[in-house]
Amino acid sequence: MKKLLFFLPLIAFAVLGSVFFLQLGKDTQYMPSALIDKPLPNVALVDLHSNQIVTNDALPTGPYLINFWGTWCPACSVEHSYLMALADQDVSIVGIDYKDETSEAIKWLQERGDPYTHVLLDELGHFGVDMGVTGAPETFVVNSKGVVVYRHQGVVDDVVWQSMKVYFK
Amino acid sequence: MRFSLFFCLITLFSSAAFSEAESVLKFSSSLHETRYNSLIEELRCPKCQNQNLADSNAGIAIDLRNQIYSMIEQGLSDKEIVDYMVARYGEFVLYKPSNNAGTFFLWYGPLILLVLGLIAFVLIIRSNRRSLRSDSK
Repeated sequence: MKKLLFFLPLIAFAVLGSVFFLQLGKDTQYMPSALIDKPLPNVALVDLHSNQIVTNDALPTGPYLINFWGTWCPACSVEHSYLMALADQDVSIVGIDYKDETSEAIKWLQERGDPYTHVLLDELGHFGVDMGVTGAPETFVVNSKGVVVYRHQGVVDDVVWQSMKVYFK
Repeated sequence: MRFSLFFCLITLFSSAAFSEAESVLKFSSSLHETRYNSLIEELRCPKCQNQNLADSNAGIAIDLRNQIYSMIEQGLSDKEIVDYMVARYGEFVLYKPSNNAGTFFLWYGPLILLVLGLIAFVLIIRSNRRSLRSDSK
C-alpha cells in the first residue's frame, strides 16, 4: 500500500498526459454554438427583394439553411457556387446579407445567381449577434421543428454538406 | 538603454491614444463608464480567442462593445448583459468562468490540492519525527 503511494505522481502524470494527448491536433478555433437545440431567435428583418419585414412565420416550414454572407467577404464568393448547386437540389437556403451594402448585394446576386429563398438584410449585424456569429460565412441548419441543430463556420463545400445533411430533416 | 526608454515612451503614448479613441462614447454617468470598461475587460472576443473585447478590433468585437454600451445606457444590469452574451456565445465568452457544478474543480481544485499537500506534508513530518525519536532511544 505504501509503495503504491510512490507511484501516485507517475499515475497522475500518465492520466494528465493521455488527457492532453487526446486534445492534440484539435481545431483550436472551433467553438460550439450556444444555439444548438434551441429554437431560432426572433427574426424581424427587411427582405431584399420585397422590401417587407420578414418574421419567423414567413420562413420555410421544412428544414432549411441559414447562410450569413456579405459581398465584402472573400470566402463567401468561394462558397457561392456550392450554394447554387445546393439550391438546384431543392435545399431551401435563407440568406442573411450580413453588414453589407444593399446595392452591392443586388449586383452580386444578379451576376452570380440567387440561391436563396429569402435574402434578409442585417445591415447592423444585430441578428448576427442574436445567432452568435463571429463573421461570415456561417451556416446554420434549422430543422422542420424550427430548432437550430447545426452550425458551420466557414465555407460550405461537399465535405461539409455531407456532415450537415444528417441534421437536415 | 536609450532604446528601451524610447520603447517605454512609445508604449505609454500609444495606450493613451487608444483610451482617447474609446472615450468617444458618451456615457450618461461615470458609473456607466466604469461598468462598461470592466465588462469589456471581462468578456472574451468570440473571434480572436486570446483577446478580450477591450483589446480586439475584430468587427464582431466592435459590434459587441456597442451592444454592451447601449444595454448599459438602457439601464440593464451587469448580470443581464452577461447572460445575454452567454445565451448567444456560450460560457466561452466569460474570462471569469461561472461558479457551477461543471466548473467546481476549476474553482476549488487548486484549493483541494493545497489542502491534500498540507496533509501529506504534516503526515510525513510526523512520521519522520517519530522514526527519529525511536532511533535516538
